Amino acid sequence: MSVKLTEDMLKAFPDARGHFGDFGGRFVSETLMDSLMTLEKEYLRLKEDPEFQAAFDKDLADYVGRPSPLYFAERLTEETGGAQIWLKREDLNHTGAHKVNNTIGQALLASFLGKKRIIAETGAGQHGVATATVCARLGLECHVFMGAEDVQRQSLNVFRMKLLGATVHAVESGTRTLKDAMNDAMRDWVANVDDTFYIIGTVAGPHPYPLLVRDFQSVIGRETRRQALEKTGRLPDALVACVGGGSNAIGMFYPFLSDETVQLYGVEAGGLGIDTGQHAAPLCAGRPGVLHGNRTYLMEDENGQIAGTHSVSAGLDYPGVGPEHAWLKDIGRANYVSVTDDEALDGFRKLTHVEGIMPALETAHAVAYAIKLAATMDKDQMVVINVSGRGDKDIHTIAQLDGIGI
Amino acid sequence: MSRIEAVLKNLKSESRKALIPYITAGDPAPDQTVALMHTLVRAGADIIELGVPFSDPMADGPVIQLACERALKHGTSLRQVIAMVREFRETDTDTPVVLMGYLNPMEAMGYEAFADAAADAGVDGVLTVDLPPEEADQVAPLFAERQLDPIFLLAPTTTDERIRAISEHSSGYVYYVSIKGVTGSASINVEEVASKVAHVHELTALPVGVGFGIRDAKTAAAVGRVSDGVIVGSVLVDTIARNQADPEALNQALTDLLHPMREALDSLAQ
Repeated sequence: MSVKLTEDMLKAFPDARGHFGDFGGRFVSETLMDSLMTLEKEYLRLKEDPEFQAAFDKDLADYVGRPSPLYFAERLTEETGGAQIWLKREDLNHTGAHKVNNTIGQALLASFLGKKRIIAETGAGQHGVATATVCARLGLECHVFMGAEDVQRQSLNVFRMKLLGATVHAVESGTRTLKDAMNDAMRDWVANVDDTFYIIGTVAGPHPYPLLVRDFQSVIGRETRRQALEKTGRLPDALVACVGGGSNAIGMFYPFLSDETVQLYGVEAGGLGIDTGQHAAPLCAGRPGVLHGNRTYLMEDENGQIAGTHSVSAGLDYPGVGPEHAWLKDIGRANYVSVTDDEALDGFRKLTHVEGIMPALETAHAVAYAIKLAATMDKDQMVVINVSGRGDKDIHTIAQLDGIGI
Repeated sequence: MSRIEAVLKNLKSESRKALIPYITAGDPAPDQTVALMHTLVRAGADIIELGVPFSDPMADGPVIQLACERALKHGTSLRQVIAMVREFRETDTDTPVVLMGYLNPMEAMGYEAFADAAADAGVDGVLTVDLPPEEADQVAPLFAERQLDPIFLLAPTTTDERIRAISEHSSGYVYYVSIKGVTGSASINVEEVASKVAHVHELTALPVGVGFGIRDAKTAAAVGRVSDGVIVGSVLVDTIARNQADPEALNQALTDLLHPMREALDSLAQ
């Protein structure tokens, strides 16, 4: 099933209760309801406030370094032998990933709301670093919750956060990864709700987070649209982005949703293979449920217990996904696919060798799928990969897989 | 009249306060839960809140998180928890049982299948921590048709407008969360709780139970003085954790903990 989404229809999502069709909503304990309703009210007001928007745009330009380039990957295109492959260079942002677009926006919101204490969850550490960065700049107290397993495999980012003045809390409960970090961030928020702003890093969580994170990240797709028209005189035929929680993907997709000719591909972490169960691909292999404040596709067992996930990339190692993606899947507007750890590692090496651009392991999933996709398309067609982050943080993981000690 | 309503009405007529212990089903092992429920009743429980274990208990502190992990290690499922209530009902038809947990296990089972099975087994109320009334439009009619009382939380941050609205969606009692925080985290400020609960009483005719932060006879009595009942959770679950290897010691420890609370609450009536 596929429906044509008009601009007017898009304005109706999410609805007043934060629902995208059957997904989204606000499933939290009562203590947080008042804060979420206040946040929603204030955000909807500030969204229309020229002063707030000007402050956001100025930071994106002067602090983040936007617009990020749309780059024609000529050698990768030649080697692939299909559609033109273009790269949206979010890896060139300050702090090295798309995450900072959102943390700038939410930190501004926190300042407007007068909150001085910031908390965040992080998987790969990119969102943690981006949050610690804006907190350093604005003089805000920063606490980052990170699964103990991720603290180990992303030690470089842990050190970066500490250098930036953040307190990093290693979360030992549950599976010791991103979902548990989010649980502990929520627990901290409940206990400190009066003075604390929770900067959620992805398009999941209770309403209005999926809405406001999508809005802040949509700068990616707006720029891509404009740059594609300027450089090629047309819109791309396909957009490819990796999906963990899905913030870089929704940021890229959203401004194109009513452009029927643009195919959207979200690439989930296939881990050791979907059929092994060792993956992090809820849209490809999960079912609807409720976790972390919203209804969405989840990886869970038959009793509704959340399943452990596996991915070589810490940033995709999450059993849920943003509710807007769940909705786009069900209405058939976006395609959700997966690539395995091994395929992603091949994508990492390919982009590094052929273009001299080292992508994050998360991004490498999108690269791997885009190469496969482009090969099936005509030479006059155009694919854009959202290069959501750079790979420096993953050097240790890659070296370890290669048996090299550094 | 539901079993919960009847029990609370009866207590009120005697000027007594409800003692409502919480334990996590399946902790320390599924085959011990029904016996523990009977122990709670013998030690003075008026209503039992039976926790349904969940892999991601976001509103709970470490004590109940670990209880969930112990229960899930044995594979305790929502269906099994309902079966435990059915077994409990074979010998106790008086004590109301409220299932307390998170939405996803219920969603995975199917709301209607859950409501049917729960009502049939003798469950009396359902408290779903991450289901505010705004999102309860699917489950509310299913519960109402089967006389399952939907029990919702009120928090220190809940506005008057919401207190009224939430009470309208509730039956049996409302659960006032005494502190901003997760279960088992802080000790309560009795004066603050007293004034807030008095205010809640002005806005709803439903009985008000108070939970979070009640750990001994003294706090139970202080909170009982201003409410219709006290809910005791983490301190019991912690006792279960410390005595899990020895069922007899566990029985005794739970009794030693609850019985003084019962006496302290009943002394308020005299």
